[in-house]
Amino acid sequence: MSDTFTTPGAATPVDLAVQKRAGVDRKTTWVIVMFAVLALVPLFAKLGAEGYILSIFTRVLIFSIAALSLDILLGYGAMVSFGHAAFLGIGSYAVGILSAHGNDNLVAHLIVAIGASALFAMATSTISLRTSGVYYIMSTLAFGQMLYFVGVSLSAYGGDDGMTLANRSRIFGSTMLASDTAFYYIVLALLIVFYVLAHRLIASRFGRVLRGIRENPQRMRAIGFEPFRYQLLACTLAGVMCGIAGVLLANQASFVSPAYMTWQRSGDLLIMVLLGGAGTLAGPILGAATILLLEEWLSGLTEQWKLIFGPLLVLSVLFARGGIIGLIGKLGGQRHD
Amino acid sequence: MSFALLLIQTLNGLQLGILLFLIAAGLTLVFGVMDFINLAHGVQYMIGAYFAAMFCTWTGNFWLGLLLTLPAALAFGLLLEVLVFRHLYARDHLEQVLATFGMIIFLNQAVKSIWGAAPLSVPVPEALSGSIQLIEGLNYPIYRVALILTGLAIAVLLYFVINRTRVGMLVRAGATNTKMVSALGVDINRLFMIVFGFGTMLAGLAGAMVAPILSVEPGMGDNLLILTFVVIVIGGIGSIRGAFIASLLVGLIDTLGRAFGPQILRGLLEPAAASQTGRSLAPMLIYILMAAVLFFRPTGLFPVKK
Repeated sequence: MSDTFTTPGAATPVDLAVQKRAGVDRKTTWVIVMFAVLALVPLFAKLGAEGYILSIFTRVLIFSIAALSLDILLGYGAMVSFGHAAFLGIGSYAVGILSAHGNDNLVAHLIVAIGASALFAMATSTISLRTSGVYYIMSTLAFGQMLYFVGVSLSAYGGDDGMTLANRSRIFGSTMLASDTAFYYIVLALLIVFYVLAHRLIASRFGRVLRGIRENPQRMRAIGFEPFRYQLLACTLAGVMCGIAGVLLANQASFVSPAYMTWQRSGDLLIMVLLGGAGTLAGPILGAATILLLEEWLSGLTEQWKLIFGPLLVLSVLFARGGIIGLIGKLGGQRHD
Repeated sequence: MSFALLLIQTLNGLQLGILLFLIAAGLTLVFGVMDFINLAHGVQYMIGAYFAAMFCTWTGNFWLGLLLTLPAALAFGLLLEVLVFRHLYARDHLEQVLATFGMIIFLNQAVKSIWGAAPLSVPVPEALSGSIQLIEGLNYPIYRVALILTGLAIAVLLYFVINRTRVGMLVRAGATNTKMVSALGVDINRLFMIVFGFGTMLAGLAGAMVAPILSVEPGMGDNLLILTFVVIVIGGIGSIRGAFIASLLVGLIDTLGRAFGPQILRGLLEPAAASQTGRSLAPMLIYILMAAVLFFRPTGLFPVKK
């Protein structure tokens, strides 16, 4: 990961500003192209198996939000959370449990999901952030597993098998989410909103402090920034964002189950971020799309697709450092940050 | 909560603890010496169980099968080390986690392709079948008793190897300061091959030993792997003593919590609520324990002094 953390080097501030402006403009263009392509997906879907294509791409968008939230921790805060899928679970169970009690209002679902995600993130991070390195990875993993077992034990809500939702969430009685196309565009709009918010967040004073802590917590402490407060806030924001992704996931699948929060799912999220390019905001989106589409394609090819998928992961870690964004940067002959 | 039931559950807890220790010992040493997180360690346990199932069927004899399983598990572990793991030592932890995660995906599927998705079973060896009477009216399977005793014997052996032999001294030194050991003229790569091979074999042995009492199936190592990580985090990464104590602690708390949690809560809550809360809380106990340990001692109970 160290090569994603580039430092300015010997360039003068003026050079750097010029380079950066050109780089930023080109990057913005590519990001707009990426979102434009995603916006066109429903039109292309009409040419083929519409429902199938839409459902895959809706999942891509939802996992993009989840991976984007993880990237705030991983790429900008160097906090390797191996339990991030817990928040997908919290969000989807907020939908599932409220719906089971007859409340299918999306706003209620979102409020509960946001509140529960924030609480869980704060409680677990308070402990996890006392540790560092491998202990941090392992403690987040353990908290994720803890929640998974809670899900399994909720026999009133399907236990291990999970439960099917009667219908998608309603927005104060309106069934607009029931349409797959409308749902797709709402998820896309949310992804764009989150992308812009994350962009602002990273560029803000808070984001600078977070990146400073990533590079050297001791120095940040020496100049008066207590890492814990910033890291805790980052964990909470990322948790809430992923919790919202969980609300969307439950709605997309019309199904809620503990399988959303297995440690393997957390591993998937990490892979999406790393494969796309940690520490870049477009990376997690590309990573989520690559992983989910690859899974879909390979599993259509052969039942034993994991025999191909597993080694691909190993190879991508060994040979594609910096992820897809890193590769694009290398091909284009420019550095990435 | 009768005494007999408590005794049985305590023995079951010990058995789980011993099993965890056999897996955690290798994992914690590999991590301690090479700073390498190996998620695929749980797969070694699964492979051990599958090798045992295969060799026992071939030879028709449990002991011969076990004898063949150990070198086979060792060879398999070293093969993975040479092919993949060796290239990951210099990488950061995140990359190690992801590459070994990819290995899990591959190996679980490979096992499914070779031996099928249906669980295999291994018969309990003739000499250890049946049960013994522990106290009046309480029988416990001999095989499980043997399993606990074997595990304890291995723990004692390991303690002597680590604390009383030259290799053990190098391993301890490696866990404290790898660079210094290397600078003093020790071939650190060879040392690591030894540690890794040994850890792999212990995990394989654990798999082979439980093959007769658990079903041998793809992915059987995954959940145990997480428990093992809880163990080494509680014990302090790199510490065999920590791994041993934490293994028993986790094994006992998990087993007893699941068995008696709902009953204990019944004293406080109404029956239906007690059983639901108990069932939810019991699997969480070890994670709560881990959180508590990390809260007070962020590097585990017996951290290796760097």
